[in-house]
Amino acid sequence: MSLTDADRPNSYIGRSVPRPNARRLLQGRGRFVDDLVLPRMLHAAFLRSQHAHARILSIDTTSARALPGVVAIYDGDDMAAHVTPWQGVLTHLSGMRSPPQPVMARGVTHWQGEPVVMVVAESRAVAEDALALIEVDYQPLDAVCDMEAALAPKAALIHPDLGSNLCWERRIDEGDVDGAFAAPGAIVVERQFTFGRHTGVTLEPRACIGDYDPAEDRLTMHYSGQAPHMMQSVIARHLGLPEARVRIVAQDVGGSYGIKIHTYGDEIATLAAARLLRRPVKFVADRLESFQSDIHARDHRITARAAIDSTGRLLAVDVDDTTGIGPYSVYPRSSGIEGNQVINLIGAPYRLENYRARLRVVFQNKVPMCQYRAVGHPIAMAVMEGLMDDLAEASGRDPADLRQMNLRADDSYPANSPQGLRFADLSHEQCLPKLLTNMDYRRLRAEQAALRDQGIHRGIGLVTMVEVTNPSPMFYGVGGAPIAAQDGASARLDASGAVHVSNSVTEQGQGTETVLAQIAAQVMGVDIADVHVTTGDTATTPYGGGTWASRGAGIGGEAMLQAAKALREQVLQVAAAILQTESDALDIRDGHVVDTASGQGRISLRDLAQMVYYRGNELPEGLKPELIATRHFKVSDYPFVFTNGAMAAHVEVDTETGLVRLLDFWVVEDVGTILNEKLVDEQIRGGVVQGIGGALFEECIYSDDGQLQNATMADYLVPMAAEMPDIHIDHVCTPTRTSELGAKGAGEAGTAGAPGAVMNAINDALRPFGTRLSQMPMTPERILKALGHV
Amino acid sequence: MSDTLSITLTVNGERISTQVPPRLPLIDLLRETLGLTGTHLGCAQGVCGACTVRVDGETARSCLMLAAQADGCQIDTVEGLTDSGALAALQDAFHRHNAVQCGYCTPGILLAAAELLDQAENPPTRDEIRDHISGNYCRCTGYQSVVDAIAEVAGSRAARPKPETAP
Repeated sequence: MSLTDADRPNSYIGRSVPRPNARRLLQGRGRFVDDLVLPRMLHAAFLRSQHAHARILSIDTTSARALPGVVAIYDGDDMAAHVTPWQGVLTHLSGMRSPPQPVMARGVTHWQGEPVVMVVAESRAVAEDALALIEVDYQPLDAVCDMEAALAPKAALIHPDLGSNLCWERRIDEGDVDGAFAAPGAIVVERQFTFGRHTGVTLEPRACIGDYDPAEDRLTMHYSGQAPHMMQSVIARHLGLPEARVRIVAQDVGGSYGIKIHTYGDEIATLAAARLLRRPVKFVADRLESFQSDIHARDHRITARAAIDSTGRLLAVDVDDTTGIGPYSVYPRSSGIEGNQVINLIGAPYRLENYRARLRVVFQNKVPMCQYRAVGHPIAMAVMEGLMDDLAEASGRDPADLRQMNLRADDSYPANSPQGLRFADLSHEQCLPKLLTNMDYRRLRAEQAALRDQGIHRGIGLVTMVEVTNPSPMFYGVGGAPIAAQDGASARLDASGAVHVSNSVTEQGQGTETVLAQIAAQVMGVDIADVHVTTGDTATTPYGGGTWASRGAGIGGEAMLQAAKALREQVLQVAAAILQTESDALDIRDGHVVDTASGQGRISLRDLAQMVYYRGNELPEGLKPELIATRHFKVSDYPFVFTNGAMAAHVEVDTETGLVRLLDFWVVEDVGTILNEKLVDEQIRGGVVQGIGGALFEECIYSDDGQLQNATMADYLVPMAAEMPDIHIDHVCTPTRTSELGAKGAGEAGTAGAPGAVMNAINDALRPFGTRLSQMPMTPERILKALGHV
Repeated sequence: MSDTLSITLTVNGERISTQVPPRLPLIDLLRETLGLTGTHLGCAQGVCGACTVRVDGETARSCLMLAAQADGCQIDTVEGLTDSGALAALQDAFHRHNAVQCGYCTPGILLAAAELLDQAENPPTRDEIRDHISGNYCRCTGYQSVVDAIAEVAGSRAARPKPETAP
């Protein structure tokens, strides 16, 4: 009897296996960076610029140095002797400019919150006491905050050597855009969108410990982050250490979402101080520091036009995006990727031939902006889906119908977009109808009409979307960044018959280690409890990119599959030699090598391993067994593996208070092969809620002179449990052709689609009032303003 | 030392006498002095709920309370409530429902959930659960699985025969 994969005793792929490593977290046994205490460890605190833009005239640390418990104080000039500056530009983003960025401010501060002086002391409390004793004399300079004002001819220059505040500009012009807009009978809509700044608000702030051993010239960084090998390279480059003498260890990470994947001066200075002082130094950002120094995201102003012909066919889209990125392009990923993705992804779900875009990436004196969960997608989807709703209204069509008639056909792949993106294995034509069925769209429309008569204003917002996942080297590596697009996995059998695997993708709670264990257990034919997973340590895992851009399961998982298959083949070869049979007549089930045909047990993995490791003399002559295998995987032939999906929000707007109640939310998403549906669904739900946060609540509010006004958790609002709806998730499964596993990414879809769905739903609710919102977050105040009530 | 205060408190059933600086927050005593790192600091302003502990049986923000104020108090943290089994049903349900991702907020949410279940005479509705845990921020899960897990435990408790009330 032959078993299908799903019948096998150790069938785990596709099953909702609970996360083995979650038990620790539930018992308060997490291993977060701040939980770690090393012998003779010191603590760092930073004095940060109180001005958005100022010249540093003098720094007086005399009193601070005299404070008992203070061990060292460094300013930007001191640190510059030990850390080389970095430059956040990518060569494939042609023409991008950003000046060298020092580890801490030197001479001029460029944003409120930029580190100016570092104190290292016996405790964080003493270090903070010392900060209060430091006197810095600043000469305030004109702060350039508004991104459009920054481009004005006489604007003050943030980096005078560059001659303007423009970091990067890109234009796309494909097809005949002007001709399409001018076509007879074309229905044209135009709208201006504003997307505010928000940030990740990881509940665990950024944290690191530098631990330098001068005897071996080795630096260990205990890291709360997503990309250990990238950090290893960054630190080696800028601290002047051989890369192999830098070890990065990431254990539990208390939320990341793209925040903890960038180069932060305070963290690099902490490592430099540890090396200088030859003692471990810990830095943990407090919440104020998090708001003032974690990267911010979004911050776009967009004018967009679109046209359909009289039959509803999409003719053309024209977009002008200006985005503010703070004073430096962030290293090493650059701050150009978000805007680049905005103009690359607009219109992606639809058959579109004529497309024009201009992107301007602008320096300003605010916290640096860079990649955060769903990079660019929420903007691109909200703009295009907002235009689709406008086109539906202008042409008297139902918004679902207009989308449906313009979607790319499921049998049209591979297909290219006018931006040059290459799509494959997408299922728009299945996802949208499934969504409409699941939400009972027609009934909701009827209910909406009936309730309007009673003065209850409900709205339905739709989004069809794509998501960039599983990136190839065309994302960063091609531009010169030390960021691997491939990941590696190893698998080995120990003497007890247990399987140990390691992988260069990392875990921040997504369930990475669980899906790796599922894959290895199924391939190796063992109970999942007998698979032990290591991630997050450059000393013990194969080289690879880490976890970002929804790549962990798709790329790390495929590497795991191939490594486990190689180990399985090794085991079967050894077993065949011992049992004097052919390896293809053998299988592994429940930790035993069995005859494939009869299922009869022949030798346990434990006995096999012990014969190999302890009693090699019993092995057949000439057999040189290996019970360890490593495989790497990168996506080839396609720059990215796109996923697709459709989402809908159902909201009720209180037109007296401006409050929005989220009644329901639906998602149909195609993530390819589903390794663990529970984990996928929870990634999507968490993503949706972060997207809702950006749509309704979250905004870094600045004064005109660049002061962040709401840098506390009491003032910066994030979604709370009572405000969130239940989120209904369904799937279409179209495996990617780029791997055997077939898994695409899932981590960012929710954040990519939710803001547009919520914006469309609110505007749908407000339609009887002849008003609409085009600015996120859509706060009660903005809704009341749109209604003319305030 | 004259700039410290003598306090005696009970932490997870263990009586502890120690000297603390007047400004030391309770969470620092728990995490740094006692090594109870299951309680987490998220905002230090009492907003996010990651630092939730029990003080004399009621949930409190250990970032807003000074260690000196805990003199004479009985403090319970996720470690002690795990060892006693008080959180076992919730922990099991959270595990099965994947109501934990990064795990940083989780100990605080477990304590808030346990408080709700201990106080409620009838099983709380999903809305009541959502209300009750709204002082605990979670950035990963979107809350739904957390609500599912708490609701399941509430339901199974309600299905259990109630203990006889002592006269």
